[in-house]
Amino acid sequence: MSSASIPAARPFESSLGAKLLALFILAYACYALGQLDFSWPRFVKGIDNGARFLDRMFPPSFKNWDQLLTGFIESMQIAVLATFFGVLISLPIAILGARNLMPSWATWPARLIVTLCRAFNPVIVAIIFIKAVGFGALAGVLALVMGSIGFVGKLFMEAIEEISMKQIEAIRATGAPFASVVAFGVLPQVMGRLVGFCTYQLDANLRNSTMVGIVGAGGIGGTLFAAFQRFEYDFVLAILITIIAVVLLGELLANYVKRIFNGES
Amino acid sequence: MSVVLSIQGLTKAYKPGVPVLKGIDLDFDERGLTAIIGSSGTGKSTLVRIINRLVDPGDGTIVFKGEDLSRIHGRQLRELRRRIGMVFQEYNLVERLSVMENLLCGRLGYLSPLKAWLRRFPQEDIEHAYQLLDVIGLSNFANQRADSLSGGQRQRVGIARALMQRPELLLADEPTSSLDPKTSVEIMELLKSQGEDNKIPVLVNMHDVELAKRFADRIVGMTGGRVVFDGLPSRLTDDHLKLIYGGEGWLQ
Repeated sequence: MSSASIPAARPFESSLGAKLLALFILAYACYALGQLDFSWPRFVKGIDNGARFLDRMFPPSFKNWDQLLTGFIESMQIAVLATFFGVLISLPIAILGARNLMPSWATWPARLIVTLCRAFNPVIVAIIFIKAVGFGALAGVLALVMGSIGFVGKLFMEAIEEISMKQIEAIRATGAPFASVVAFGVLPQVMGRLVGFCTYQLDANLRNSTMVGIVGAGGIGGTLFAAFQRFEYDFVLAILITIIAVVLLGELLANYVKRIFNGES
Repeated sequence: MSVVLSIQGLTKAYKPGVPVLKGIDLDFDERGLTAIIGSSGTGKSTLVRIINRLVDPGDGTIVFKGEDLSRIHGRQLRELRRRIGMVFQEYNLVERLSVMENLLCGRLGYLSPLKAWLRRFPQEDIEHAYQLLDVIGLSNFANQRADSLSGGQRQRVGIARALMQRPELLLADEPTSSLDPKTSVEIMELLKSQGEDNKIPVLVNMHDVELAKRFADRIVGMTGGRVVFDGLPSRLTDDHLKLIYGGEGWLQ
């Protein structure tokens, strides 16, 4: 009897606002497509171009393997250095920024630093550092250090804010100074996760280090860009294959490291 | 016997206008186990935590061996805390550290931060830690992680950590409330015997009246933020218990 009293039910009725919004998005997409001069003939011509490009890529050429190797070694060095210094700087910043350990006069500047480091893509930061310290690996390292602080610093800060304060309270009750509380109360609780963050960051930096080279901040990216400009597409493919292989290898390594630490805990 | 700890006119309110402690006056001698009993929320925990300043006091003075500790902070506060051992209801061990490392935590107040980071504890402390492991019967557990222990074992480690400080006063905040009756008795025995062996006063706050009567040299009964009984366990009557806990049905 109650079902009769309910008016023709439309459980998924959408609001007028949602409909208008959908219509607006559709209209804007059409408008933007027109503005940017996408047309069918141009697309077909593009496919044609792409086919020729792909054709010139095969077979990949590893004859300049020494350039490839030099570029990669530099990229690796950039990634490892950036991760090392990034994590090292992240630790104190994260402790300063943790709201459960520090008063607000310490947390907000630390949080501001982390937010600023996260604000820009590493490539943009790399361009800024190239202007500041010149072309080369140093700019790449600095750019990725900033990125690492933004990422590891934030995650690490959150990990510290989730620790058990009971354990901290007990260490404080022994009269331990703050630095000792960190060593014996805070770090043991977050160490496992910190190792996880470091392997993620090394993995990310490995990928990013190939990218910052394109704007001139050292590493394989520079080699890749030069190969493009010389139209050596077969060498380009060789570089791309190697990047894929290295990134996969990095991921395997990260999984392996994580297994070691998870197995232990 | 001389007074080690003297609390005068102590008040505390976490929220203005809602006092938890309403004027506590208590003196503690240099020996003996005092049980502070009372129902939940009467401020026993607050009282114990104010003594080593895990909670800041309101008005009143707390004099420990001639030093007023109610307003100190920074280095002075740390130097006070390392002279007072504390045992917690939920043990509060650092779960991911070994039993030995947890014991050595008791010495952090005496160790420079640099040495703490390098884990450079004096040989004397390490020997003391092994002796205490013997005392609490966990000699074979030195390198086990704290989170692999049972509740009773954890509380023993908690007591040993407090004793590592070579404290002049031992506080215990509901040390048996998370344990089964048999283990509770063992923990109380340990607290009592260690207080006597080290010649230090022990302050235990607890719910269990029978356990308090059995082990305490003195019982302090609290209700509504005030002390309503203070005396020998043998003088604690059902009338007192009605006053402390309210009602009487639970006494039958």
